[in-house]
Amino acid sequence: MELLTHKTGAGPEIVVLHDPAAFTASLGWFVKTGARDESLEMAGVSHFLEHMVFKGTQRRTAEEVNRELDHLGAQSNAYTSEDSTVFYASVLPECQAHAVDLLTDLMQPTLREEDFETERQVILEEIAMYDDQPPYGAFERVTELFFGEHPLSTRVLGTTESVSDMLVTQMQEYHRSRYTRENMFLVASGKIDFAQLVDYVSQATADWPSKPAVRKPLMPTYGSGELLIERESTHQYYAAQLWPGVHCNAPDRYALRMLCSVLADEGGSRLFWELIDTGKAETATLWPQFFDECGCVIGYLCCAPEDAEENEEISRNVIEQTLREGVTQKEIDLARNKIASSLILSDERPSNRLFALGQSWLNRKNYEPLDVVLARYAAVTADDMMQVAEHTLRRPCATVKVVGPAE
Amino acid sequence: MDQRLLHRQFDNGLVLLGEHMPWLRSAAFSFLLPAGTCFESLGLDGLSGMCSEMVQRGCGDLDSREFLERLDELGVERGSSITTSHTSFSCAMPADVLATVLGLYSDLVRQPHLPEDQIPDARQLCLQELRALEDEPSHRCFSELKKFRYPLPFGRISQGSKQGLERIDISAIQSFFQENYKPAGSILAVAGNFQWEEVCDTVEQQLGDWQGTPEVELPELHSNYGSLHVDHATNQTHLALAYDCASYESPEYYEARALVGVLSDGMSSRLFSEVREKRGLVYSVFATCFSMAGQGSVMCYAGTTTNRAEETLQVLLETIHSLGDGITADELERLKNRIKSSLVFEQESSAARSSQIASDWFYLGRVPDRAEVCARVDGLTCEILLEHFRKYLPKNFSLVTVGSQSLELPEGTA
Repeated sequence: MELLTHKTGAGPEIVVLHDPAAFTASLGWFVKTGARDESLEMAGVSHFLEHMVFKGTQRRTAEEVNRELDHLGAQSNAYTSEDSTVFYASVLPECQAHAVDLLTDLMQPTLREEDFETERQVILEEIAMYDDQPPYGAFERVTELFFGEHPLSTRVLGTTESVSDMLVTQMQEYHRSRYTRENMFLVASGKIDFAQLVDYVSQATADWPSKPAVRKPLMPTYGSGELLIERESTHQYYAAQLWPGVHCNAPDRYALRMLCSVLADEGGSRLFWELIDTGKAETATLWPQFFDECGCVIGYLCCAPEDAEENEEISRNVIEQTLREGVTQKEIDLARNKIASSLILSDERPSNRLFALGQSWLNRKNYEPLDVVLARYAAVTADDMMQVAEHTLRRPCATVKVVGPAE
Repeated sequence: MDQRLLHRQFDNGLVLLGEHMPWLRSAAFSFLLPAGTCFESLGLDGLSGMCSEMVQRGCGDLDSREFLERLDELGVERGSSITTSHTSFSCAMPADVLATVLGLYSDLVRQPHLPEDQIPDARQLCLQELRALEDEPSHRCFSELKKFRYPLPFGRISQGSKQGLERIDISAIQSFFQENYKPAGSILAVAGNFQWEEVCDTVEQQLGDWQGTPEVELPELHSNYGSLHVDHATNQTHLALAYDCASYESPEYYEARALVGVLSDGMSSRLFSEVREKRGLVYSVFATCFSMAGQGSVMCYAGTTTNRAEETLQVLLETIHSLGDGITADELERLKNRIKSSLVFEQESSAARSSQIASDWFYLGRVPDRAEVCARVDGLTCEILLEHFRKYLPKNFSLVTVGSQSLELPEGTA
C-alpha cells in the first residue's frame, strides 16, 4: 500500500491510499463543513445541503444522478457531522473514471427551488423519525447543555423550525462559501489510477469557487447539570452524559480510547460485567469523540426505569473506583488487543480505509499507517490512562434523562 | 479469483463448508444450529434467545469471564443471533487464531455450564431487549408483522414475549439445549485465509464424536392476511406490508428477487423515486425478500408522518403494481450491474462470505458460485420479469401499522 498525494495551485488536494491488489476502488469528497459552521437560524443547512447535492447539476438531472450511481453498481452514500460533510462511492476499478466524474460534478449542484421544497419534506420526516426513536433527542439535548453557546451545540439535522424556515438562497450562499477548492479534498483507496484522478480533478475543479473557509477554534466552557425529558411512549429509561474530553490531535487520545474500552466496551469491560452481564441494563457504554479544539466523552445508559437509580450509582462507582485505584495490566492488554484486532479487520476493506484516511486528513493533514497506529496503542501505559482520566471523567458532566410517564 | 467450495459431511450430520480467500488477513465462521424460535416449546417464547445467552456463560474449562477474556486476547469479533430456524454464532478474527476459536466454540455448543444461578441475569437481559424493541417503532412494526402474518410456530420473534421469558427455568433451558444443539442440521461455514486440512482436523477432533438429531418436524405454513394496527404515541406512522413471492429455494427466485430489486435496490429504484424523491413522503422506504418454510414474501417498509400515511400506502401499492406496466431495459441493466458488483464487494469480507455460504447451504443444500449467479442474472430479460409478475400478481397482503392512526388495506387488495 502506498500513500500518494497531489496538490497544485489553488486546486483541491488529492490523497490516495493505493493498493494495486484490491478488487474495488473507493472515492470520497470530504468537505470541511458541518453543523458547527452554521448560524443558529441556519441550523441543519449542511445536512440539508448534503441531500440537495444529489438533486442535479448543470450536466445532470436528479434522476440521472441516481440512475448513474446505480448503473455504476456503486455502494454510495453521504453523511454530515458536526465538522464535516462526506460523499463517497465504492465501485469496481474499471468504473473509476465515471465515478469520479459523477462525484465531482455533484459537488457543484444547481440547488433548484422546487427540489428544495420536496427535499425539505424528506428532512422533516427524518427529524420526525429520529424523534420517535430512542433515545428521543437525548444526545442533542445533552450536547446543548454541555456545549452551551459553543458552535458544537448545533444539531446536525437542525430543528423542525430551522429547516421549515430555511430559504434556498441561504443554502446557495452557504454552498458558495463552504464548497470551495480550499475547503475540500478528494480521498481514494483501493485499486486507483492515480494519474487519471489527478488529470481529471485538476481540470474539472478549475472553475470551482476559491475562497478559504474560516473556522475559528474556540474553547468551550463545558456545561454540566441535569435535565429531564418526559416521553409518553417509552418503555425503557435512557440517559446520555457528556464529560470534557481531548481534541483530535491530542497525544493522549489513544489513552482515552483505551480507558473507555476498559470501562465500557460492549463485551468484557467493567460496566459490562456490572450491568450488562447481570441483566441490569440493556446498554451501558462510554466512547470518546474528538473535535478540532476540544472533545468529549459520551456516556449512554438504557435500562428498565425501576433500575435506573441503582444502575446510575453503579456506573458512578465504577468510574470513581477507576479514578481512585487505576486499571490493571491485564485490562490494558485486553483493551489493546480488542482495539488492534478491530482496526486490522476493518482495514481489510478499501471502503473502510477511505474513512480512516479521510478523517485523519481532516484532522491533521497526515496519515499514519496501521502499524504506526497499533504501535501508539501498544505504548499506552496505566499512568497515561489515569492522567487522561483526571482531566476528563474526573470533571463534572452534563446529563439528560428520558423517562416515561409517572405511574 | 479462484472460487471453490470446500465441503465435508461428517457422519453425525454436521456439515462443514469452506471458501478460501487467501488475499485476506482474516478468517471468519458462521455456525448455524437448528435451534431457532420455531422449535421453542409452546408458551416459552424467547427460549432460544435465552438458551443462547446461557450457553455463552461459561463452557469447557472456562467460566463466563474467562471465555470472553480468551476471545478478547485472541482478538475475536463475535456475535450471536436468533432466527426462526437457527441459533447462530459468528466470529471474525486474525487468520492465525481460527483453529483455537473453533475449539472454544465447540465447547460452547457441546459443554456449556448453563449455570442455574445466572438464570435471573440472563432473563433480565432478554427482557431488556424486548422492552427496547417496544420503544423502536420501525423495528416493532416488522416484529408485529411477523407475528401477524405467520401462525405458530413460525411467527415467534427472537425477543420472545414477557410471559414466555418469565416462565423459562433451568430445566426448560437444559431440555432446549439437549434437544436442539445437535450436529444433524448444523452448518459450520468458514471463509477467509485458512488451511482447509487444519480446519477439518480441528472440527473432526472437536465435533466428530458429537451425536444427536433434533426433532425438526414442523407443520405446513399457512400465512395470515389482512391488516393490524398497533397503537403507539409517535410522530410517524410506520407501515410494514407483506405479499407473497417465490421463496429462496424456488427455481424462480431470481425473477422474484429482480422485481424487488427494480422496486428497491438503489437510489433510482421505483420506491425510492416515487415515494421519497418525487413526493418527499418519507425518509426511509424499502422492500426486501424474506423466505421461511418454503414460502417467500416481499416485505416493504415506509415511515411517514401520520397525516400523510394514507397517501404513502396508496403510492406504495401503486408502485408495486406499476411493475405490471413493464420493466425497462435500463432498469434491468442497472440491477444486473448492482448485483454483479456486490459479488465483488463480498470478496472483501470473510464475515459476509461465511454467512452467505451458510445461508445458501441451509436453503439450497448447495452454494452457487459467482459464475452461476452471474449467468442466472445475465439470463434475466424484461419479458421474463414481466411474465413472472403477471403470473404471480402480488397477493395475500398483510399490513401492520404502528403509530397513532390505523390504516386499512384498500378494498379490492387481494
